[in-house]
Amino acid sequence: MGLKGVTGAIVVGLLAVGLESLVRVTDTPFYLTQLTMAAYYSLAALGLALLTGHAGQVSLAHAGFFAAGGYVSAVLVTRDLTPYAASGPVQWLDRLHLLSQRADAFGSMMLHVAPWPALLAALTVTALLAALIGVPVLRLRGHYLAMATLGAGSIIYQLVLGTRLFGEADGLSDVPPFPVLPGLEICGARSGRVGNYYVACGLLVLTLLLFANLMRSRAGRALRAIHGNEEAAAAMGIDTARAKLGVFVLSAVMAALAGALLTHYNGGIGPSEASVLKSVRYLAIVAVGGMSRFLGVTLASVALNFLSLRGYFGSYDDAVFGLILVAVMLFAPEGVGRIPLPFVRRRP
Amino acid sequence: MSSELVLQYLLAGITSGSVYAIVAIGFNIVYSTTGIINFAQGEFVMLGAMTAISLQPFMPLPAAIALAVLITAAVGALVELVFIRRLRRPTVMRMIIVTIGLSILMREAALHIWDERVRSLPYFSGDEISSVRILGAFVSPQVFWLLGLGAASVTLLGLFFRYSLTGRSMRACSANQAAAALVGIDTRRMVTLSFAIAAAIGALAGCAVSPIAQTYYDCGAPLAIKGFTAAVLGGLGRSGSAVAAGLLLGALEAASVIVVPAAYKDAVAVLVLLIILSLRPSGLFGRHDEARLKEY
Repeated sequence: MGLKGVTGAIVVGLLAVGLESLVRVTDTPFYLTQLTMAAYYSLAALGLALLTGHAGQVSLAHAGFFAAGGYVSAVLVTRDLTPYAASGPVQWLDRLHLLSQRADAFGSMMLHVAPWPALLAALTVTALLAALIGVPVLRLRGHYLAMATLGAGSIIYQLVLGTRLFGEADGLSDVPPFPVLPGLEICGARSGRVGNYYVACGLLVLTLLLFANLMRSRAGRALRAIHGNEEAAAAMGIDTARAKLGVFVLSAVMAALAGALLTHYNGGIGPSEASVLKSVRYLAIVAVGGMSRFLGVTLASVALNFLSLRGYFGSYDDAVFGLILVAVMLFAPEGVGRIPLPFVRRRP
Repeated sequence: MSSELVLQYLLAGITSGSVYAIVAIGFNIVYSTTGIINFAQGEFVMLGAMTAISLQPFMPLPAAIALAVLITAAVGALVELVFIRRLRRPTVMRMIIVTIGLSILMREAALHIWDERVRSLPYFSGDEISSVRILGAFVSPQVFWLLGLGAASVTLLGLFFRYSLTGRSMRACSANQAAAALVGIDTRRMVTLSFAIAAAIGALAGCAVSPIAQTYYDCGAPLAIKGFTAAVLGGLGRSGSAVAAGLLLGALEAASVIVVPAAYKDAVAVLVLLIILSLRPSGLFGRHDEARLKEY
C-alpha cells in the first residue's frame, strides 16, 4: 500500500486549501458554509465506506446514528437543569466542571451540560446503540442485513419524530457553539466561517489518515478477509463476529461525531436527518466513490452534498441520489473512478 | 377492556394485516424466482392505487382498477427488463442497492407525476359511513372487499403455481435455475414474469386498501418494511404462511396501541422484524433444516 492512504489525506488537504483560496479570490465566501456542512456529512460517509466498502456489510441505519449523535448532544446542551440544580446528580456534574451556564433566547440564565462532555456522551450513547443493534443484526447477511438495518434506522426515526424530548417534528434549536480552541468555536457565525471550514476539513484529513492506518493494521486486514470470504476468514482464526461489531460501532461513532458537530454548526437538528432517505444518500455516495476508496468517497461526498445543499438539484434532490444508485450499480459497480475508459489501460 | 373493543382492534389489525400479507406474497414471488428481495415492492402498491385514482374519473371503478393493475404489472416487467436484467454477475450487495435506488426513483416519479397530496379511491360499495356490525364491533364493507380480494388472489396464485405450465416453470426456476434452463425453460422470461405478477398483486392490494387508508407518493416505504416482516415471519418463500404471518403482524400492531403510544406504532412491526431475524430467521413456520440451506 505504501503511501496510498497518506496520498488521499494530502490530496484532500491541498484541495481544501485550494478551494478556500479560490473562494477568497472570487469573493464568494458564502460557499464555505455549504462546503463545511458537506465536509461533516463526508465524515459519516467515510464511516460507512469503512463498513460497506472494506468489511462488506451494508448499513441503512447510518442516518439514524448521525441523528443519534446530533440529538443526544443537542438535548444535553439545550436542556435547562436549573430546576434540578439542588439535586444530587446535577451537583455532582457541577463539581466535575461538566456543566456550563449561558443566557437563553429570552435572556434568562440557564444551566446545561457543557458541549465537550455532551459530545462524549453522544458518542458513547451512539456506540452503545450501535452495539445493541449490531450484536443481533450482524449475524445476518445480504438482504436480511440490509432490511434489518433499514428497520433499525426507521425505529430511530420514529423515536426522534414521536418524542417530546427530541422536539418531535420541529427538532431542536438554540444549540450553543462548540468550543474547539480558545477563540475558535464551531458555530454558524459569519465571522468564524473560515476557521470552521478548516476545522471540518482538518477532521476529514485526520479521519483519512486514521482509516488508512487502520486498514494497514491487523484489524484492517481482518476486515478485508471478511469481505473476501467470511468462512475462510473465520477458518484463519479471525474472530469475525468481533471484527464486524467493532467496525460497525466505529462507523456509527463516526456518523455520530459528524451529526453532533454539524448540529453545533447549524445551531439545531431536525428529524429529517434520521430519515431512511438520508441513509440511502450515504450509501449512494459510498457507491459513487467506489465503495472502499476513501479518497473517492470523500470527493464524491463533498461534491454531491455541496450541490445538494446549494439546492442545484431542486425538487429532484432525492431522485438524483436514487438515480445515482441505480446508474452506478448498472454501469460502474467499482465506482465512477473505475469506469473503463477507451484507450486507457488500468492496472488490474 | 370490553370484548367489543378487543374485537374492534382485532378487526383493524386484520385489515392492515391483509395488506401486509399481500405485499409479503409479492416479496416471495420475486424472491423465489430470483433470490432478490425487491425493495421497491411497496412502491408497486402505491403506484397501483395512484394510477387507479387517476383513471377512475374516466371509466367505471372496476375497469380503472383492472387497468391500473395491468399498467403496474407492465411497470414491474419493465423494471426487470431495463434494470435487473442488465446486472451482469450481480452480487447481493448490487442487487440490494439497485432495488433501493429503483424504489426511490419510483417514489420521486410519483411525486412529480402526481403531487404530495393524500388521495383515495371511492369505496367499492357503500361509502365512508356505511358499516357492518359484527358481534358489537363496526367494520367498513371495504374490509370485506380487501379480505375477499386478498383471499382470491392467494388462491388463484396457488392454483397457478401448482397446475399451470407457466407457474410450474417458475417454481422450477426457483428450485434450480440451471436445471430449469436445461429442460428448456426460458428462465429470463420467468424472472420478468415474476416481477410482473408481484407488481400486479401489489397494485391490487393498493387499490383495495386505498378507500380506507391514505394513498400518497410516500406510502409504499412503510408497507415494504411491514410486508417484508410478514414474509420473514412466515419464512421467506412460503406464501401460505406469509398470509398467516401478515394477519398476525397486523393484529400485533393493532394491539400494541394499548401499551405503546400511537406515535411509535410503526416501530412495532420493525421491532418484530429485528427480533425474528435475530432469534429465528427461518420464520415462525419455516423448517429449521430447510433454513440451514439458505444464506441469511
